[in-house]
Amino acid sequence: MTTAVAVAPPSPPIKGSPMSTNETGGRLNVPGTPIFDGQTSRRGLRLNKMLMSFRSAENRERFSADEAAYCAEFQLAPEQTQAVLDRDWTAMIDLGGSIFYVYKLAMMDGRSMQYLGGVFTGMTEEEFLAELRAGGRRG
Amino acid sequence: MAGVAEVIWGLATSHVPSIGAAMDRGKTEDPNWKDLFDGYAPARQWLAQHEPDVAIVVYNDHANGLDLDIVPTFGIGTADHYRVADEGYGPRQVPDVIGDPDLSLHLLESLVDENFDLTVFQELEVDHGLTVPLSVWTPDPGDAWPCPVVPILVNVIQYPQPTAARCYALGQALGRAIRSYGEDVTVGILGTGGMSHQLAGARAGFINPEFDAMWLEKIHTDPAALAALSREELIREAGSEGIELIMWLIMRGAMADEVTKVHSHYFLPASNTAAGIALFDNRAPQPA
Repeated sequence: MTTAVAVAPPSPPIKGSPMSTNETGGRLNVPGTPIFDGQTSRRGLRLNKMLMSFRSAENRERFSADEAAYCAEFQLAPEQTQAVLDRDWTAMIDLGGSIFYVYKLAMMDGRSMQYLGGVFTGMTEEEFLAELRAGGRRG
Repeated sequence: MAGVAEVIWGLATSHVPSIGAAMDRGKTEDPNWKDLFDGYAPARQWLAQHEPDVAIVVYNDHANGLDLDIVPTFGIGTADHYRVADEGYGPRQVPDVIGDPDLSLHLLESLVDENFDLTVFQELEVDHGLTVPLSVWTPDPGDAWPCPVVPILVNVIQYPQPTAARCYALGQALGRAIRSYGEDVTVGILGTGGMSHQLAGARAGFINPEFDAMWLEKIHTDPAALAALSREELIREAGSEGIELIMWLIMRGAMADEVTKVHSHYFLPASNTAAGIALFDNRAPQPA
């Protein structure tokens, strides 16, 4: 499937207080668990479309050459652009990023899913990995 | 004379990308991986002696073959060829997947007639969700996988995912659709994903071995009990990504009520995930 550049007008800043990863806007509330539901996906559509574009080597190079311009091309909201530029992984999730899409940026940076897990849980990658090897974390 | 298609086995397996990466990079003897691959060996041995004419792989895409513009709850590939996707670091060096459009179109029509309105994929690139299970089955495919494949896709990424009950019912309809195919072919069916894991949020790294043990037991003996679990229960007990275990129920639904377990194995962690495998023989037990 091709990933077309978004054609909708630039999106306004996302209103309201920042979403915590426990507030999904959906019906489910599982502590510490972001639910990627329809409202989240609406909020994150442009961000996720940009992240999807990293499937192509050419797009990866264009992004790396000028990250802010590339974000502008996909008409990300200002907070989304900032989260991408800052590699604020938690904010990307809170602003509608799907972990499978966000991971594509992490891979470009040479970051592992265990590194991201450490960021989400306030641990180093090594500490997070040690918890997994000890049988995983309990909720 | 018309033949009869028959499901000869069902294989449930995790599809963690790092399992494929460990194989692709020759790390299967690494101490962090060896137990996983040792655990696959008996299943692989049995599968090598029971090669089907065609396989159905129930899987989900991960932002590779489709994006979030269109989120089909259930889909089926009808192509004769599925390219291996570039997931962001170049495609896995494994064979492309050969399809079986005749079987795909038969299954589609039968399922639509049973009110399962699957989205049709005439073109589809397949990602680790499909190729890792094929590698779990066939570690060294050479130039080609053992047989043609029909992909069945399930949305497990964006809430609301289909219910476990709906997946089980789809599997039962799929079983009827296979049995009504007027060709004398043997079918292997793979249900993929899981087991418990969660990738994002403060609960990232969540794994639930007790739930996984229960699931491994009941997928064999009492799948209807698993089909009764709610979406919320699945996310709570198996993690926000562990809900993808619902795809095992499509495989199980397509099989007989009574099946014989050939092998199962449980391992953690594969990347951030508890990895399970369960292989079932669908043929009636032969008298000793």
